Amino acid sequence: MGTVEYIQHHLANNTVGEGFWTFNMDTIVISALLGALIVFVSARLGRQLTTGTPRGFQNFVESILDFVSTNVRDAFPGHNPLIAPLALTIFVWVWLMNAMDLIPVDLLPYLYQVITGDSHAHLKVVPTTDLNTPLAMALAVFALILSFNIKHKGIWGYTKMFLFHPFGKFFIPFNIVMTFIEEVSKPLSLGLRLFGNMFAGELVFLLIALIGGTLAVGAAALFWAPLQAVLDLGWLIFHLLVITLQAFIFMVLTIVYLGMASESDH
Amino acid sequence: MSINATLLIQIIAFLMLVWLVNKVLWGPISKLMEDRQKRISDGLSAAEKGKHELELAEQKAKEVLKEAKSQAQLILGQAEKRGSEIVEDAKVKATEEADRIKLSAQAELEQEVSRAKEDLRQEVSALVVIGAEKILNKEVDAAVHDEMLQTLVKSI
Repeated sequence: MGTVEYIQHHLANNTVGEGFWTFNMDTIVISALLGALIVFVSARLGRQLTTGTPRGFQNFVESILDFVSTNVRDAFPGHNPLIAPLALTIFVWVWLMNAMDLIPVDLLPYLYQVITGDSHAHLKVVPTTDLNTPLAMALAVFALILSFNIKHKGIWGYTKMFLFHPFGKFFIPFNIVMTFIEEVSKPLSLGLRLFGNMFAGELVFLLIALIGGTLAVGAAALFWAPLQAVLDLGWLIFHLLVITLQAFIFMVLTIVYLGMASESDH
Repeated sequence: MSINATLLIQIIAFLMLVWLVNKVLWGPISKLMEDRQKRISDGLSAAEKGKHELELAEQKAKEVLKEAKSQAQLILGQAEKRGSEIVEDAKVKATEEADRIKLSAQAELEQEVSRAKEDLRQEVSALVVIGAEKILNKEVDAAVHDEMLQTLVKSI
């Protein structure tokens, strides 16, 4: 298998359906499983909670919650019971989906191919490298931004923001364009940033995997395989930072955007 | 890697997950953390209250001690005064007693002296009579010369 085919194969989703009504089954199933993992683990934890000194896993979860609620308090004015669970969900879910990147790139696809018996079966294990997932979250956040804007500014207040922001009443057409771009760029940048980072990271993992695989033949593998291992470890450690940072950025920007939306007037 | 219906599924999945996380993770644990925070602040305020009460008690104890001391001082002073009074009283009584004893002793002494004088006088008069009898060689009739003898006794 050539280099190009290898990469293309890895970047193709396992799909069901045609055209727009295509479902990327790997993305849907893996992200749902990770979501179920969050719910399952927290439901299990929920049965053994203690108000006393938290220990072990409860302590870990509580520090994540503390971290999230500190961020919410810092970036979100006022109080809204939706924000903190939303931010927590984004942070944990995105982190878990990103973390699928840390599993060796060929392991899960290979296992899947063995199980299904189809050596050409597609499996893309990182849901955030599928543009649909980041964009889905970004659009959901965008819907919240719109509803928060209308709730706190009123329909007239929100329209006024389009008309008179940022350059006052003499630039109304210009203002509308500017504000429209500003608003639409929020979900787009939110989704594309995560997608781009994860996609690029996955690609680098694939390229590193190629070093010891396709490039090396025979005795040359003795040289290339250790190099691949070292590079893979280096990128893995770096990527651990990247996935955490991306999950954090997605969460913080969500909070900030919603915070901006819930300010009653500029 | 194009946008397709997966997007819709992922939106639904995301919203459901937010709802579930709120229900099983955020809700219970944030409530628990709030409870703990309340417990901690209750404990702290109780400790503060205890400290305050301790301070009050210490102050009260100090006051009581001070009062006790001053009372003790007072009682001591009274006792001293009473003691010196008693001593003074005893002195006065003793002086009186001594005076009384002295007076009675003097009176007895005077009585004794006068009795002795009387006796002496009697004896002297008897001696005088006997002497006179011897000088006169003649019995003096005591009855006849009684008047004279009495005058004589008196003049001694």
